[in-house]
Amino acid sequence: MSQSGLTAEHGVPWPSNGISEIPFRVYTDQDQYDREQERLFKGPTWNYLCLTVELAKPGDFVATTIGETAVIVVRDAAGEINAFVNRCVHRGNLLCLERQGNVKEFNCIYHGWIYNLTGQLTGVAFEHGVQRQGGMPPEFRKEEHRLQRVRTAVLGGLVFGTFSETVPDLETWLGPDVTRGVLRVMNRTPHILGRNSQVMPNNWKLYFENVKDTYHASILHLFLTTFKINRLTMPGGIYINKDGGSHYSFAKLDYAAEDAEYKNANLRSDSEFRLQDSSVVESVDEYGDGVSVQILTVFPGMVLQQIRNTIAVRVVRPRGVDKAELEWIYLGFDTDDEAMTERRLRQGNLIGPAGYISMEDGCVGGFVQRALQYNDDGAGIVMMGGHEAESQPFRASEAAIRGFWKHYRSLMGD
Amino acid sequence: MDDVAIRLGVQELIGDYAERIDEDRLEEWPDLFAESCRYLVIGRHDHEAGMRQGMMYAATKGMLLDRVFSIRRANIFEAHRYRHVVGPIRLKEVTGQVAVVHSHFIVARIMHDGATTLFATGRYLDRIDISAAPYRFNERIVVLDSDKIDTLLAIPL
Repeated sequence: MSQSGLTAEHGVPWPSNGISEIPFRVYTDQDQYDREQERLFKGPTWNYLCLTVELAKPGDFVATTIGETAVIVVRDAAGEINAFVNRCVHRGNLLCLERQGNVKEFNCIYHGWIYNLTGQLTGVAFEHGVQRQGGMPPEFRKEEHRLQRVRTAVLGGLVFGTFSETVPDLETWLGPDVTRGVLRVMNRTPHILGRNSQVMPNNWKLYFENVKDTYHASILHLFLTTFKINRLTMPGGIYINKDGGSHYSFAKLDYAAEDAEYKNANLRSDSEFRLQDSSVVESVDEYGDGVSVQILTVFPGMVLQQIRNTIAVRVVRPRGVDKAELEWIYLGFDTDDEAMTERRLRQGNLIGPAGYISMEDGCVGGFVQRALQYNDDGAGIVMMGGHEAESQPFRASEAAIRGFWKHYRSLMGD
Repeated sequence: MDDVAIRLGVQELIGDYAERIDEDRLEEWPDLFAESCRYLVIGRHDHEAGMRQGMMYAATKGMLLDRVFSIRRANIFEAHRYRHVVGPIRLKEVTGQVAVVHSHFIVARIMHDGATTLFATGRYLDRIDISAAPYRFNERIVVLDSDKIDTLLAIPL
């Protein structure tokens, strides 16, 4: 595992200064992976931590990770959200072993060192020894020790954290387009309808690129075409932020025309390739803007999706050079009635580990990873829609993938 | 109806369910459910917390049929099979024409190249229509012990 400052001086070499040819070794090289932990996940990036509704009361905490690094997020007595590294300053023990809960303070099980909800060390077991023998030396001062702080920010009920003291505030860093995209989806108070995760046999970047890949959707995911669901898709577009790494793509749908199409379909008899129950795609225009799909990414590993009436946060977590975990957090909103909840649950079959239009994404990265096994010379081609990473009014493009590499290269310094 | 007859009918249904999936007779899988039915695959943590969105959900028999059709015709994944081992079957309650039945399972996944792994463990929480033979599921909630799925979930559990 990498040690701070000891990662390789240079990463995997690139064939050019461009972002449309991607050296395959970036997915297989252990040094590159270690360097990403330092320069991306612990670097000047904002990483998704949890939802504010998971931290409703003082003492509510969530234990998570930024990249591979264990982190705790907690609401303190003053109502502020704090985050810090989940590592006791004493001997480096994992301080918090549960995923979620409520505490008055954090108490290390190993030697009983205690931290308050701002991460400040407040107690050391036997600090003054036992019967005046032993104990900490007089120069040791608890006030000088605290858990390593992680800066936090909140946008649309989503809590983000960064190790960087210099990265701009979250909204400036995301830029106006992506910020608007987050606030559009998260425009009500969310609640969690469920969560689960997929363990994927591939480098984390292969999944994150897949999410930014507007080119593959109608080719790899055959569900909608197989069932002849006329998507009646009207032109959408892609917004890519200045750094390149965060984006959103969207497409509109003529909801009324689609409804009429279902009714006509039910009258026809060529039902072999028709859905028996079309409720899995029966959706309403809950945002009132006709947008039926909005896929948004926040560099380096978070996705916020609206696919019809399914709302979800996805978090990509690197777990070794050829393994990643993808967490799905399915959301509803406080304004939902039972009919809306049921609609979200039925459409939920579209997404997640068993999703009709997402399950392929769980395996395709693994196929790439297998093909690259000891065969990682050369570079992949990412030239659909040009060589740049600019926002575009169409989606047959790999511009958002290039945006990822633009941001990646600028932070990795190669 | 006597208790032993109910237990035998329940055992037959639960065995039939595993057999139809494991022997790749997926087209016959929805027939084991009543016309009005509910099928849900969900993690234990979420289920116990009262959350409702899992990994697969069907609120009608049509949705079960669509799942099979999609697996066969639309979805792309590497060929694999399951082997279910269903543990003790517990008849918890019989109310009118409905039996509440709980059972345990483990499922091994066998990939086309022979790689075999323990894929899932959990409990079946069933509500079974016993009004006529053969019995049919009104509801089957598949509660997975873990909320982590390796790679993807294509074939129903």
